[in-house]
Order: sequence, then structure tokens, then C-alpha cells
Amino acid sequence: MAQSKFQQQLDSVEEFERTPVPESHLKSAGSFLGMYAGEHTAGTEFVIGPLFVAHGVTAGDLVFGLLVGNLLAVLSWAFLTAPIAAKARMTLYYMLEKICGAKLTAVYNIVNALMFCFLAGSMIAVSATAVGIPFDLTMPTLNDWLPNSLGWIVAVVIIGAVTTVIAMLGYTQVARFAGIAAPWMILVFLAAAVSVLPELGVTSISDFWGVANAKIWTGVPLEGQGKFTFWHVMFFAWFCNMAMHIGMADLSILRYARKWQYGFTSAAGMYVGHYLAWIASGILYALFLMESNYSTEFAPGPVAFRAAGIAGALCVIVAGWTTANPTIYRAGLAIQSIRPQWKTWKVTMIVGIITTLAACFPALVMKLLDFVALYGLILMPMGAIILMDFYVLPKIGARSNYAEISGKSFNIAAAAAWLLTLAFSIFLNHWFGVEIFFLGLPGWFVAAGVYLAVSRLVQKPVQTKTA
Amino acid sequence: MPQFALKIVSWLGLVLTLVPSLLVFAGSLDFPTYKMLMLVGTVLWFAARPFSTAGGE
Repeated sequence: MAQSKFQQQLDSVEEFERTPVPESHLKSAGSFLGMYAGEHTAGTEFVIGPLFVAHGVTAGDLVFGLLVGNLLAVLSWAFLTAPIAAKARMTLYYMLEKICGAKLTAVYNIVNALMFCFLAGSMIAVSATAVGIPFDLTMPTLNDWLPNSLGWIVAVVIIGAVTTVIAMLGYTQVARFAGIAAPWMILVFLAAAVSVLPELGVTSISDFWGVANAKIWTGVPLEGQGKFTFWHVMFFAWFCNMAMHIGMADLSILRYARKWQYGFTSAAGMYVGHYLAWIASGILYALFLMESNYSTEFAPGPVAFRAAGIAGALCVIVAGWTTANPTIYRAGLAIQSIRPQWKTWKVTMIVGIITTLAACFPALVMKLLDFVALYGLILMPMGAIILMDFYVLPKIGARSNYAEISGKSFNIAAAAAWLLTLAFSIFLNHWFGVEIFFLGLPGWFVAAGVYLAVSRLVQKPVQTKTA
Repeated sequence: MPQFALKIVSWLGLVLTLVPSLLVFAGSLDFPTYKMLMLVGTVLWFAARPFSTAGGE
């Protein structure tokens, strides 16, 4: 009986994969505030904040780099993603199908889903470092790539299973859970950092800046880590969610927004999660480094437990969970758009299993900075293509949604834009040594330019289909 | 329990999550007590919040 009810609930999940979201299902700004604040106050924040410390950022570069980079990210959501989402009200995947054709979209969706699985996997792995504390689990170090114990695998599988079941219940359940957890998580991050400040030598607010420069963000990278500047911080803050804003993945989320201005609610995620939480986790890591004599162990769970007890460890678990949830949901949508007849919950379950398997490998956490930058870069060109298709193509005498109106399953212009952008990025990286964090900006212009030029060349006059 | 009471309990949970850390910073509270109060705050928040918003906001 209970099982049949559960099945009924799963089958009733309606996500409007191939139709515009109707007026009755639009969500309030509060729903997006909770979603963004929860999603970007995540398990990864316990990794990224410490990595800035490890890369020798100065306090000034961190504070101002994050200020500018996060502002650019919010503006990208508000002025690039949200207006298209509120007009079209379709998932990224359905829009791509109309523009790029079914075959090219299928390739993109597989790449996209895999990236989402790896990202969600890294968050589950972060949560596992907290679950392992009472069992005295051997924690991974910066050099670990493979699972180091059976206990680690068991912890990952338990968290992966719970996360997957919640994601299977659909966006409403995900948003509700994130909304409940978000205010508490933010306060735990803040409280943990404030409570350890006296141990770092900060006993009044006026002490903070001096200690921040002398003991936390010292400007000196750890051994084996490259030096980060203002520009690294700014571009990382802007592009770490490049796939979501410039890459348009959040069309799938923001299509539920009543107004395009809800894109500005992303500021809740940026200035709480990617500002306060990165600063807070950096403070916690600086204390850990001092107390552990600069150990290579890299486990957010024990670091948070040291600063905030059981609540801190729970925060790491929940923070990983609330980001892994929507990420698995997005991956499920990507796969489902290849086979629309599949049930959303069944696809999400398969994606959750792949994610859990990936999470068993600590390499996902240790190489997170590089992975996040790579994932944004690979998916970004399709965002440039959508933007050009939506606004610019009709103005230069070409047609939007060319694959749909011409009946083609493979839009050569979109494929050329995607591949040439990635080839151009590899060229800049390999021959000119441009770091991965800086490739997204020139890459966007290449993608937009190539798509417009090739579309103008290859598009033929199309007979409008009649009923 | 009425919704209003549940809201008060959930807000108390958030207060207990943050305020003890400020007292530690000010030197007025020891570390073990701070951790215990934070855990109590966590339990209150998650016990009361889902029901205080039942039916949606």
C-alpha cells in the first residue's frame, strides 16, 4: 500500500519537459532565494574556501576579487539567463533540440549529464567526510585519487542513496528541503568561523584585518600550489557557475520564475555562499593548518566538527546534499530529453547511481577547482549559441530554431561553434599557457561569432510548415 | 502545536545556532557549551521548521 502510494507520487511528478511551464506552476521569488542560497552554500564551499588559502591569495585580493566576480555572476544570471527563461519557459534541453537538432543535443546532453554527475559526486564525497567522523574513518588526503577504505565506500553509498531518493521526488521537494536547510546552514558557516577567531588571535573586530593578512590569507601559497591573484579570484567567482548562467543550464530552473528580474535572486547564492561561506571555510582551514602542522589531509567534515561540533559535521552533510540534489535533478533532465518517454524519477535514479559510483573517488574533491573550471568551459558554448539564436540571428537575416523549422537533426553551425571554441581554448592553454580560469571569456566570443557566421553561410530558405 | 508556536521554536533554533559563537568570540562562553547549544538549535530548527511552514508560505 505504502509502496503503491510512493509509486503514484513518483508518477505524478510533472516537470513540463516539452511544454512551456503554465502560469499556475510559476514560483515566487522566495522559492528562488531559498534555492540559490541553499544550492550555493554547499559542500564545495568547504573545499573552495580552503583552496584559496592554499593558493596564497592575499586578504585584499580575496575580498575585492569575490566582490567583483560574484557581481558579474549575478549580472550574468539576471541579464543573460533569466530573460530568455521567462520568455521561453522551456528547459535548456528542449531549447537546444529546437536550435541544434536531436542528434547534436543528445551528444551535448550526455556530456552535460556526466559533468553534473561528477559535480554532484564531489559533493556527496564531501558529505562522506562528515559521516565518517564517528566511525573514525581514514580521511582522504590531497594526493588521494582512489577510495582508501571500505568504510569510505559505505559512507558514500548511504549518502548517495538518500540524495537520489529526494531528487527522484522532483523539483518541488528539492526546493522545499533546500529552503528549510538554507538559513541554518548559512548561520553554521558563520558561527563556526566566528567561534575560532580568538584562537587565531582575533579578539576584537579591529584585529581581524591584520590577522587575516598575517595568518589566514597570507599571500604565500602552500608547497606545490600555484600563486593566485585578484584576477584568479575574480574570474573563478564569475565562472565557477558558468555552465549555469552563461551556459544557460539554469533556463531549466528559472523557467518557473514569474518575472525575469528573479535572476537577481542568484545574489543570495553568490554573496552568502560564494562570499561569506568561502571566507568562513578559509578561516577554518587556516586554523586546521596551524594545528595540524600543515597536514595534507583534506577532509571538510573533521574541520567543521572541530569548529562547531556535531552541528558543524551535520552542516557539511546537509550542504553537500542540498547542492547534489538539484545537480542530480538537472542531470536527470538532460538524459530524459534524449528519451522523453522515460519517467523522470527512473532517469533520476539511474543518474543517482552513476553519481554515487563517481563519488567513491576522492580525486573529484582534490581536483575540484580544475574540474569546476573545465565543466563550465565545456558547456558554455551552447549558452552563447542560445543567446545568439534568441536575439541576434533574426536580425542578420537568419532563422532562430533552425533545426526545428528545417527538420534537421544536426545543426552544423552549432556543432562548429562548440568544437571550434573548445579547440581555441585548448590552443590558448597549450601554446600560450593561459590558465583554465581565464579561457571562458575569449571562448564565449568565439562561440558567438562562429555560430552567427556559419549560420549565415549554411542556412537555406525554409518553407514554413503548414498544418 | 499551533503554527505560531512552531515558528517561535524554529526561530529560537536559529538564535541558538548563531548567538553562542558570538559569546565565544566575546569570551563569555566556553567552547563545549557553545557546541552543545548549537546542536540544540539545530534540533529545534529541523524539528519545528517543516511544520511551521506546512501548507506553504
